[in-house]
Amino acid sequence: MARRGNGNGNGNGHKSMGARMAEVGEKMRGSQAWVAIFRPGSIFRKGYTDSPRNRSYVIMNSLLYHLHPVKVKRHAVKVSYTLCLGGLSFFLFIILTVTGIFLMFFYRPTSAQAWTDIQALQTSVAFGLLVRNMHRWAAHLMVLSVFLHMARVFYHGAYKPPREFNWVIGVILLTLTLLLSFTGYLLPWDQLALWAVTVGTNMMGYTPVFGAQVKFVLLGGVEIGTDTLLRWYVLHVLLLPFVTVIFMAIHFWRVRKDGGISGPL
Amino acid sequence: MTEVPDHLLRRSRERREALGAAPTGGGDGGGGGDEAPPAGPPSDDDGEKIPASLLTGQAATPAAAATAPAAAPRAAAAAATAVAASPLKGPEGHTQRLLTVVKAGSIQDVKAQPTDKVHVWPHLLVGEFVASLAMTAFLLVFSVFVNAPLLATANFNFTPNPSKAPWYFLGLQELLTMFHPMVAGVTIPGIGIFGLILAPFTDRNPSHKPEDRKFAVALFTLFLMFWAVLVIIGSFFRGPGFNFTLPWRDGLFFDL
Repeated sequence: MARRGNGNGNGNGHKSMGARMAEVGEKMRGSQAWVAIFRPGSIFRKGYTDSPRNRSYVIMNSLLYHLHPVKVKRHAVKVSYTLCLGGLSFFLFIILTVTGIFLMFFYRPTSAQAWTDIQALQTSVAFGLLVRNMHRWAAHLMVLSVFLHMARVFYHGAYKPPREFNWVIGVILLTLTLLLSFTGYLLPWDQLALWAVTVGTNMMGYTPVFGAQVKFVLLGGVEIGTDTLLRWYVLHVLLLPFVTVIFMAIHFWRVRKDGGISGPL
Repeated sequence: MTEVPDHLLRRSRERREALGAAPTGGGDGGGGGDEAPPAGPPSDDDGEKIPASLLTGQAATPAAAATAPAAAPRAAAAAATAVAASPLKGPEGHTQRLLTVVKAGSIQDVKAQPTDKVHVWPHLLVGEFVASLAMTAFLLVFSVFVNAPLLATANFNFTPNPSKAPWYFLGLQELLTMFHPMVAGVTIPGIGIFGLILAPFTDRNPSHKPEDRKFAVALFTLFLMFWAVLVIIGSFFRGPGFNFTLPWRDGLFFDL
């Protein structure tokens, strides 16, 4: 049989699936939108073949460059050195942000509605129970991982010059993590939340000199109520995450400026 | 070609005059490079590696001067210059001149030793990706099987017994049984946080090696164990009235 002149080689006059995909891909990469989204030098524009230059471009020509340098010390990529604890703390923070935003759609911070909203979230919202569980367990895990990260850093002596200031930032981040977790603890407005927070705020009421004032500011009144709920809700979903993100940015920036992670021992 | 500073041009002119040659003005063009390499230095490469434009006042050896007329038909003007410049050579027969010596240290101050580094992609990013995937998988599976507690709605008229703070504050609540609330709730945690912040400023030992910092490691381990033990006691060994209890005998009084 004489070959048709379409040049695809299969002789039936139709382009093969692979050829079509390649054509679509080529058109897409040439489109104005693609070129606008990906900067010159991006591997999504140039294509990627494994070479030292392209390995650098993956970082250099993408958002990742804000987080990572192009190269790090060889020992720094060993899991046995960092145990991934700092990175996992950050990742848990991201998970908490995503699941937390989901929860915010179904929650009103008033003493009349908070508990029933959670109840309804668990019983009649698709994946509501699952997402709430994830938020809760991720919060506990984050407290744990931040704490363990601090222990890891101490045992490696990584707080020593030139990293003293980053250690201080880290202690602040630990405190912020505890505050984030504690403010979230009240929000379900169940017996566990109410009395755990009662215990906690009573302790803070014993601050010398300003005890009563501290407690008043924390509770938004003389005792826990709707005002407390609203106050802690705003702290939990806006103020504390905002402050935490700023301190995390400084923390990550200083890791690089102080010469990457410490070690090897 | 980069511009040659005036003072260097002047110095080279003075040098030439001292050697008794007419100043050529440095403009011998590209033609000079075509002639045969000098016979004195035997390496043939020299003539090729050094750009012709840098060889101002070259063709210094007698051999080069002899071959210059042979090259003349090709570039008469250049050959003429070369012949004119032929007496130009340094005191030891060098055809190049040292203009200046710039020590590396004064340009680049290299403090850091070169370190063994790897690319972040793929070596670090793959690890991070796997770790985050594993964490997501663990969290998802755990959340499918274990529900977060949601007790009865908040009731101010009914205080559960025991009332416990979140687990990370149970160490403080445990201290409450021993100290005045101000000491347990404010002073001790305040000292703890402050002590942590001051750690890099009080520990002046520069070594990172565990064997050199036994005191710091011991102290910090003590600090961690102090809180861990208090939190565990507060979580699992305190029952109604926050009295001591054994979890395997009386059951758990603990919600996460």
